[in-house]
Amino acid sequence: MSGTRDITVTVNGATYPVSVEPRLLLVDFLRHTLGLTGTHVGCEHGVCGACTVLVDGDSARACLMLAIQADGRSIDTVEGLGRIGQMNALQESFHTHHALQCGFCTPGMLMTATDLLQKYPLATDDDIRRGLSGNLCRCTGYEHIVRAVRAVVDKRKAAP
Amino acid sequence: MKPPVFDYIAATSTDMAVAALAAAGGEAKIIAGGQSLMPMLSFRLLRPSLLVDINRIPGLAYIEEADTCLRIGALTRHFQIETSPVIARHLPVLSAAMTHVAHLAIRNRGTIGGSLSHGDPAAELPMIAVLLDATLHIESVSGQRAVRAQDFFLDALTVDLDSAEVLAEIILPKLPPNTGWGFEEIARRHGDFAIAAVAATLTVSDGSIRQARIALTGVGPTPVRAAAAETLLIGHALENKLVESVARAVRAAIAPEDDLHASADYRRHLAGVLTDRALHAAWRRAQGEP
Repeated sequence: MSGTRDITVTVNGATYPVSVEPRLLLVDFLRHTLGLTGTHVGCEHGVCGACTVLVDGDSARACLMLAIQADGRSIDTVEGLGRIGQMNALQESFHTHHALQCGFCTPGMLMTATDLLQKYPLATDDDIRRGLSGNLCRCTGYEHIVRAVRAVVDKRKAAP
Repeated sequence: MKPPVFDYIAATSTDMAVAALAAAGGEAKIIAGGQSLMPMLSFRLLRPSLLVDINRIPGLAYIEEADTCLRIGALTRHFQIETSPVIARHLPVLSAAMTHVAHLAIRNRGTIGGSLSHGDPAAELPMIAVLLDATLHIESVSGQRAVRAQDFFLDALTVDLDSAEVLAEIILPKLPPNTGWGFEEIARRHGDFAIAAVAATLTVSDGSIRQARIALTGVGPTPVRAAAAETLLIGHALENKLVESVARAVRAAIAPEDDLHASADYRRHLAGVLTDRALHAAWRRAQGEP
């Protein structure tokens, strides 16, 4: 009764017609079906933020969404932000400010920060900290991640 | 940590959704934002035979202004409520509460109907619904009914909603003129569920309080209206002695429990402290201060 269903999902601009079981999580679809392992699986219940992606431009936990719900939607993952040698401004800033150590939380941090930057003015470091509070990092103590996001905000203010 | 097997329907109308619920005979669950349901599926605390997805029903996400109230569609996302100018104008206490609801990625997906139907004992929206005397419109194949928020929350994660019913609309009366509000929450980390939170409104004329409302969350199985404490405020100006007795009445009105995050005594203590802060903020705002 719950066989597979045909869906069409756009991921980082490419369209994938695929067949999925209804219970398949979006994050497992990205990693296992499409082989896009940039999106990480941490807690699998919406607490750690490691699996954050953009769904039609808005950040969402890929462990709290079913792949079948992404039918007809457009997903952006960390692979879509840039590539080695061609990183985007936020990725460059993470690099410059040493905003990662082990890198496990980084894809989720980048996707969350991408959405924060498009929705909030992030006038203070407290605003950035509150915005990132749903993403856990066990290495950095967060300080350098906040600095990396701050630098992008400041650069945008300087050159609107 | 993977959901169990279930069948899935993406409903395209409320009629289709309630028909699917009725046909499943109590074995189906609605999925809206999924921000509470998905973890419960992954932990296998729930094993529905069918998920009825209401995300694709057109016209179920809206914020409409009427003369005396705002009507909010059940599928309205937290982020829409957080950033709505209409809500900021007429129900600023709700706008303030929304900034404490989880994190952006969750507010992008989570819905007001989902939060109220889930009935988490430490969530902000159930408390605001009780504070503002919301009316909830519920639909099923047998028709429609309306429930007051006060009567909707029965126990922890238990609400007055049958397995064949769907919450469709939330009606929130606008705050009266000369009303100030306060919202105070303590959580271990920003965006976490409240250890305790207090919301209050005070309607003031000629220097004395005409209407007072105080609601709490995180201090029992359901959100609480502190009716006896509210009564103490009527006819008076807010001053410290009065606030002390109101805070005592609030502490007496709740029965918090110990858990991993806080002891019952600490929650009771916080309820008083946050009542004090929320009432002072409401009083200041009722005088026109920001």
